[in-house]
Amino acid sequence: MEHAKLLKRLILATLLMFAFAFALVPLYDVFCQITGLNGKPSLEAAQVSEKVDEGRTVSISFITHAQAGAPFKVKAEKYAMEVIPGEMYTVNFSAKNLAGKNRVMQAVPSVSPGIAAKYLHKVACFCFNQQPMQANQEAELPLLFYIDPELPDEIEELTLSYAVFDISDSVKTAKVENKNENRI
Amino acid sequence: MSAHAEHNSHHHAPSGFKRWLFTTNHKDIGSLYLIFSLIMFLIGGAMAMVIRAELFQPGLQFVDPHFFNQMTTVHGLIMVFGAVMPAFVGLANWMVPMMIGAPDMALPRMNNWSFWILPFAFSILIASLFMEGGGPDFGWTFYAPLSTTYSNDNTALFVFAVHIMGISSIMGAINVVVTIVNMRAPGMTWMKLPLFVWTWLITAFLLIAVMPVLAGAVTMVLTDKYFGTDFFNAAGGGDPVMFQHIFWFFGHPEVYIMILPAFGIISTIIPTFARKPLFGYASMVYATASIALLSFIVWAHHMFTTGMPLAGELFFMYSTMLISVPTGVKVFNWVATMWRGSMTFEIPMMFSIAFIVLFTLGGFSGLMLAITPVDFQYHDTYFVVAHFHYVLVTGAVFSIMAGVYYWLPKWTGNMYHIGLAKAHFWLSLISVNILFFPMHFVGLAGMPRRIPDYALQFADFNAIISIGGFAFGLSQLLFVVVVIKCARKGDKVDDKVWEGAKGLEWEVASPAPYHTFEQPPVVK
Repeated sequence: MEHAKLLKRLILATLLMFAFAFALVPLYDVFCQITGLNGKPSLEAAQVSEKVDEGRTVSISFITHAQAGAPFKVKAEKYAMEVIPGEMYTVNFSAKNLAGKNRVMQAVPSVSPGIAAKYLHKVACFCFNQQPMQANQEAELPLLFYIDPELPDEIEELTLSYAVFDISDSVKTAKVENKNENRI
Repeated sequence: MSAHAEHNSHHHAPSGFKRWLFTTNHKDIGSLYLIFSLIMFLIGGAMAMVIRAELFQPGLQFVDPHFFNQMTTVHGLIMVFGAVMPAFVGLANWMVPMMIGAPDMALPRMNNWSFWILPFAFSILIASLFMEGGGPDFGWTFYAPLSTTYSNDNTALFVFAVHIMGISSIMGAINVVVTIVNMRAPGMTWMKLPLFVWTWLITAFLLIAVMPVLAGAVTMVLTDKYFGTDFFNAAGGGDPVMFQHIFWFFGHPEVYIMILPAFGIISTIIPTFARKPLFGYASMVYATASIALLSFIVWAHHMFTTGMPLAGELFFMYSTMLISVPTGVKVFNWVATMWRGSMTFEIPMMFSIAFIVLFTLGGFSGLMLAITPVDFQYHDTYFVVAHFHYVLVTGAVFSIMAGVYYWLPKWTGNMYHIGLAKAHFWLSLISVNILFFPMHFVGLAGMPRRIPDYALQFADFNAIISIGGFAFGLSQLLFVVVVIKCARKGDKVDDKVWEGAKGLEWEVASPAPYHTFEQPPVVK
């Protein structure tokens, strides 16, 4: 093979691998969505459950933590509850902007064990949207959710965790999914 | 041929600095790479001395934690990208054309570029240490968000330095592939290639496959930090764990990039001094190729503690352990080559045997780390530090030294001072084990890595480790002395320096003339 021909192929391979690095980003999301591996629950509103599994209860606990520098205090009204799969529940989170100026809050949910993430359905969640909070404002933020009756039997308890970020500075560029119109 | 060579070197007019700046000769560029890598080895080593001085006793003595973190980070970056990789590229430049009977590398001008951008990359990186805010301090793995949210403003310099290193490596790799594919002497069929050439061909493909992924990862860090993208920022829908996946997709093949050429060097030296052909040549080639392929499906064993599902942990545990099969094939082949051979113990052979023993030891601690439940305990402790220094220092670095001691007489035409070289070997061998072996113990006892201070119970072992470190560091100055002395003068050597040596490189004169194999040799 001539030098030039081989060279072209090798440069093409290099460029393709550079593109592949960026292709890994959507591939990663798709892979996680299909397998539900990384504990990221869906950020789209779920439909209401059609069936209820009265035969068992699952324990779910809620934790929240503000990331370093985020001037928010967010707390669930109760730390843990027993739920019947398929039944709808509402949990209120009280949120407060501790800063003396208007900030925008974004909560990012995560479920542990990760595999349970796709069985936790949120009908409405404050994490679907950016939450503008005026200086020192307090707010009640509801979460409507149910656990899928298909949840594997060996999962008896799960944890829903919210990492709370201050995104005021990047609010124009943030790529938060805004598919849910009914803001809560 | 020598008259012809005279004529040609006459033709290459520039002298002094310009000779080196404009050179397109593979031997000149090989020497430049090797000298550069030696300088980087000493600078990176000096940083290791700072680390070991600080860790000599508990408490903070010499440097503040922020500077300590910069030292661990830049030490890692310099040793990986500045010392080990350029040394192998230098050896490839010198030896690959001579081993396959080619007059030069296929793309000599690109070869000049791929070397001369390297000093700029490392100047940028090292200069950032002296700037306000300091250099990179997030570890050579630059995990997000350490390198994005929490890094200092000089991170862009780190990113550009890594970009330049990557471009240099890719150009070097492309050159090696084109040279080996297109420029073999007539009769040099694939399965007659010396193993150093084979291992470098496979390494070059690994480089082309993963260095662009590293470039992509640093680019994402750059845009996340400076241009408001959210690849790794959870607040904007990104995922910091994804950084680790992308990084280690590059990172694991990278560690084989640093060891496959070492396998090639050892496979060249052992048969010379055992005076037997290499046992299982074909299986060596296939083992190298399988290690390269397997390296793409094991990356997440660096991430067991990130919270993976059981199936993932099992997959990456088994695939990692699978790598010990082709590696074992290699180790057994080397041992079988020595078995009943007429062995002599010249300096390159001593380094090679030390390589086999100590690299295998590092491989075993790697196997221990591959066991997921065990890794949960070992993760981020000094046990990991012990493991990768055994495979990189007594593995890659020892093989480079073995290679230099093997081919240096061919390059310079002079034999080096055997007594000094022996002293260098024994001092290195003993001190390197004093340096790295106790790290296993403190690691198993729970001492975390990347910390400037530690709990009192680790004090004695750390003092021993530091003493070993200083001794190993000082011993390398002997290596510098041996090389410089040898380049100046020494006993003249024959064309075939080692009596048992095989291969085309021993058919050219010593010192190797500026131009070799302008008429391709006939390979039977």
